[in-house]
Amino acid sequence: MNSKTLSSTLSFLSGEIVIQALKDAFKKFHPKLLVKNPVMFVVAVGSAITTFIVFQESSSFNIQITLWLWFTVLFANFAEAIAEGRGKAQAEALKKNRSQLIARLQTANGGEKSVSATQLKKGDNVICEAGDVIPADGVIIEGIASVDESAITGESAPVIRESGDDRSSVTGGTKVLSDRIVIRVSSEPGSSFLDRIISLVEGSKRQKTPNEIALTILLSALTIIFLLVVATLPAFVQYSEKASGQAGGALTTLPVLIALLVCLIPTTIGGLLSAIGISGMDRLIRKNVIATSGRAAEAAGDVDVLLLDKTGTITLGNRMATEFFAAPKILEERLADAAQLSSLADETPEGRSVVVLAKEKYQLRGRDVADVAGHFIPFSAQTRMSGVDFPKDGKKVERSIRKGSADAIKKFVTEQGGIFPKEVQTVVDDIARRGSTPLVVAENKEVLGVIQLKDVVKGGIKERFAQLRQMGIKTVMITGDNPLTAAAIAAEAGVDDFIAEARPEDKLKRIRDEQANGKLVGMIGDGTNDAPALAQADVGIAMNSGTQAAREAGNMVDLDSNPTKLIEVVETGKQLLMTRGALTTFSIANDVAKYFAIIPAMVGTLYAASSFSAGPLSALNIMNLASPQSAILSAVIFNALIIVALIPLALRGVKYRAVGANSVLQRNLLIYGIGGIIIPFIGIKLIDIIIVALRLI
Amino acid sequence: MITIAEIVQLVFYAVVLLLLTPPLGKLMAKIFEGEKTFLSPVVGWLERLTYKLSGIDPNEEMNWKTYMWAMLAFNFFGFTVVFLLQFFQSHLPLNPQQLADVSWHLAFNTAVSFMTNTNWQSYAGEVTLSYFVQMIGLTVQNFVSAATGIAIMLALVRGIARKTTTDIGNFWTDLVRSTVYVLLPLSILFTIVLVSEGTVQTFSGYQTITTLEGAQQTIPLGPAASQVAIKQLGSNGGGFFNMNSAYPYENPTPLTNFLEMLSLLLLASALVYTFGIMAKAKRHAWVVWGVMFFMFASGLTVSLWSEYTTNPVTGVAGGMEGKETRFGVANSILWSVATTDASNGSVNAMHDSMSPLSGAVAMINMKLGEIIFGGVGAGMYGMMIFILLTVFIAGLMVGRTPEYLGKKIESFEVRMAAIAMLLPSVGILIFTAIACISEAGLAGLNNQGPHGFSEILYAFASTAGNNGSAFAGLTASTPFYDTLLGINMLIGRFGVIIPMLAIAGSLAKKKITPFSSGTFPTDTFLFGLLLLGTILIVGALTFFPTQVLGPIVEHFLMLNGQVF
Repeated sequence: MNSKTLSSTLSFLSGEIVIQALKDAFKKFHPKLLVKNPVMFVVAVGSAITTFIVFQESSSFNIQITLWLWFTVLFANFAEAIAEGRGKAQAEALKKNRSQLIARLQTANGGEKSVSATQLKKGDNVICEAGDVIPADGVIIEGIASVDESAITGESAPVIRESGDDRSSVTGGTKVLSDRIVIRVSSEPGSSFLDRIISLVEGSKRQKTPNEIALTILLSALTIIFLLVVATLPAFVQYSEKASGQAGGALTTLPVLIALLVCLIPTTIGGLLSAIGISGMDRLIRKNVIATSGRAAEAAGDVDVLLLDKTGTITLGNRMATEFFAAPKILEERLADAAQLSSLADETPEGRSVVVLAKEKYQLRGRDVADVAGHFIPFSAQTRMSGVDFPKDGKKVERSIRKGSADAIKKFVTEQGGIFPKEVQTVVDDIARRGSTPLVVAENKEVLGVIQLKDVVKGGIKERFAQLRQMGIKTVMITGDNPLTAAAIAAEAGVDDFIAEARPEDKLKRIRDEQANGKLVGMIGDGTNDAPALAQADVGIAMNSGTQAAREAGNMVDLDSNPTKLIEVVETGKQLLMTRGALTTFSIANDVAKYFAIIPAMVGTLYAASSFSAGPLSALNIMNLASPQSAILSAVIFNALIIVALIPLALRGVKYRAVGANSVLQRNLLIYGIGGIIIPFIGIKLIDIIIVALRLI
Repeated sequence: MITIAEIVQLVFYAVVLLLLTPPLGKLMAKIFEGEKTFLSPVVGWLERLTYKLSGIDPNEEMNWKTYMWAMLAFNFFGFTVVFLLQFFQSHLPLNPQQLADVSWHLAFNTAVSFMTNTNWQSYAGEVTLSYFVQMIGLTVQNFVSAATGIAIMLALVRGIARKTTTDIGNFWTDLVRSTVYVLLPLSILFTIVLVSEGTVQTFSGYQTITTLEGAQQTIPLGPAASQVAIKQLGSNGGGFFNMNSAYPYENPTPLTNFLEMLSLLLLASALVYTFGIMAKAKRHAWVVWGVMFFMFASGLTVSLWSEYTTNPVTGVAGGMEGKETRFGVANSILWSVATTDASNGSVNAMHDSMSPLSGAVAMINMKLGEIIFGGVGAGMYGMMIFILLTVFIAGLMVGRTPEYLGKKIESFEVRMAAIAMLLPSVGILIFTAIACISEAGLAGLNNQGPHGFSEILYAFASTAGNNGSAFAGLTASTPFYDTLLGINMLIGRFGVIIPMLAIAGSLAKKKITPFSSGTFPTDTFLFGLLLLGTILIVGALTFFPTQVLGPIVEHFLMLNGQVF
């Protein structure tokens, strides 16, 4: 990721954010906000009731229970506030870029007048020159300019924006560095790209995602069950007290019942749920990906098929010289030397790669064009060759080096009376069959050999695809190449499938086919012709460098315009779901220990043989907690503190590994399931020891 | 000590159950999918005749709501018939003992009980109901309530297996096929065996005889064998006589005892296999079966261990109080565990007299919602609640929207599963609480201390789970208990069925996502463990306090030398 992204200018948790979050946590006690989270709302109501009781009967025990219940709500509020805080700080940074801008509006008669940027309407034409900040999102209709987009992307290197091609869109808030352009405004005031980013990172319009809604339903159902369990308990206890002749023998005061309720309902996940969602979006923003909704971020985790453009995503985008094949009786070194000489003036990436390969393989230093007393012949479509001519100079004979397609070179040498060796033809055919491009080199009438130009697959991409396969995600490469070349690259990169000679409608059709089979499709695209496919895909990531149409069709925008980003987006989506599942499991598993702390504390004295001896149910006090009061208090304290302890996990997300579902499950179950059962036993016991030592009870 | 012979019997039972499951499951899958089987020439005419007489088009498909209304209408009709038959019993034929009309509350309770496949009996059969009511009312309901359970499971499995449709089958077809091809032939076969072994089947009145001591004794008789067969097979459990299968005329020999025990679990077990075939997920079905069997075996082990441990008060291990000398401890405990697992509720020993922990096992079996094999069909659709919860919670942990057999589990399914999980628990907890603090509730108690609490708790657990067995010792034929228990049975039955049908309808509409290595696997050992964990934790969390104040404290007190 780019080191200068706007997000990383903010540290993970600066002191400022924490302080602000603490303030916000108190603000979140407003009932209107609390009621949005059913689990924490129940805790808050319980706390209010115990507070009321404390005013009637202010025992030290009741006061402490009440305090810790309020802390439980506070900690949950704090978790949410801190997750939001990071986004808010980012939004502030972005807003600074949007300070009062003056736009130069082009009037109907061709003149211009200055207006405030906020008054610009869709369809207005504005003029921007070097040094101007672009006042609104738009499309360049005239001119070309270099633009500094660091305000949005964090990338300081300027980009070229030009009318009439795929790179014609500009974003409000970015700065023109050179030249003059005319922009047609494409967004209404208040709904520009920057505005959308700000509202997204602020989380102000955050809506619960489908999965979060389902989980909230489950948590509410569990809350209702435990509400019932606790509400009916006094009746059972009353019966038991009567049966054992111990009226008032059990510890079932209202604060104790509320403490039990709060410990049982899933406060851990309930308190952290929204923080998980917010920080999931936040993690995407950190990766410089803006999702238009949480729904999209979540869907990313479900993707079954990824459609990837070959160029730029799977391959570096340019063909590179990778090998020299010398003709019979020719030294490979001579071939390399000739190839390098012929390419010195060739400024294309292919040409440069020939120079570099010769240098790497035979330590042939790239000579400066000016030092070579040759006459360079540029590539032309007619000859399909390029090269260099050296005039007759003293002893040296005239040299005429050419490189080009096999046919062209064949013609070149045979015209001079040379022959095109059979062996070379074999090599040429071989290279072509492997999906690479053969470039034959000749000097005068002698064929020296062949340079293999290859579409170079990005380093590490094969491993990436292997990981995706293990995650159950199929990759499909899309390329304009012929099927032969496409197959070769597909095999080398390790993609599962490819579409060769692909047209935009092929992409759309493939997406529809996959979706008809029940699969979720993710794709990344930039061109206008990608827009229908981006809109059809379940997760469509548009590159920021792409056209306005593409950016609006997708449900995410990648500010770095890096096609490999799709993979990271998928991982973030999965992490989001995993974190929710893991903390839910943990939260429910915790209840076992809490029962063993509180139930014996409540009913341990029932059916005791005498008023001095412990009742039979105190056998359930397997943690051997000091007293009923300390047991209940310890459970409540543990329940509150565990929320704080898990905030970093909620913000960071459960660690993701690209392995199959079964191994992920095993690992998470061990940590959050089994761990969730054991940890509270240890935690509650420790807290019990501490509060007894501190004489709090 | 448990004897080798007893262990051999237990193992034999398990092996026979296992061996019969696949062939019977396969046969049923064929029947329910309308394929030809060896039974088609034998009873096919009856199926066709039924359709003709009632004007059913067997190929008409229903959406979930239509299916639900058909099921509710049919059940309400059944309830009304049974209620009226009892209410006007004295005016009806086949009443040799001239039994009087049944009170409104008992008639309500009994009608609900047989309609919901619960067969809770607030009455004693031989002194309350005429042969006519037992045959036309109760036995008919024994068949159709079991068939209703199977139908719901079939609707559910279709919802899972089909895609992008609203059709989940035809209730009438499912009902007729389950009755005609499965329940009827098996019952007839079983009745013949029972009669040959000495189970009574007669219309003659009760016999009064002079015993060897010279005392006069009335021996109740009646058309029992035909009802016994279906009450065992259809997870009904309502005995012809009050003593149920402890009575020699219901269960005369070791062979009938074995067959009756086998039929407690047979159909429910085979239906899990049927589910696997129809959902095209056989391995998954075996994992579910394995979880059920594990819970069955664990409950049995704990129960046997507890029975064979010396009671410190009486100094007796393997106490015979409340058990039939003909069957002994192991066969009584096997029955008690199987009958509470299966939502059957018939008994061959009195659960009231079992050790506290054996009672606890029986209660847990029922409180979990009758999912350890459970009622016919009902066990599998009840288990679906826990399967969906497991898939949802654990499924999230693999980083995908949870999927079950290719169907995405989203908020609607979670909501319905949560309702189905919640409602029976609501019934058990609230009604038990009401009974514990009200005069009317406590008036029914015959025992004191925690045992009394267990009796109340057991009654509500049994009715919510549509089991129908009783801890005895509770006088339940009062307006208070008849009404509350009746309502509880309705909640326990329809509070699960309706959400499950809604889930079937919702799943049917979805696409099927193909399985990939990123999908949460539901056919592995790990899934089995997870499912087990979810059942135990959710069940334990809901019922830990009640178990503690009932059987668990009783157990501890027994260790301290106090019994109730």
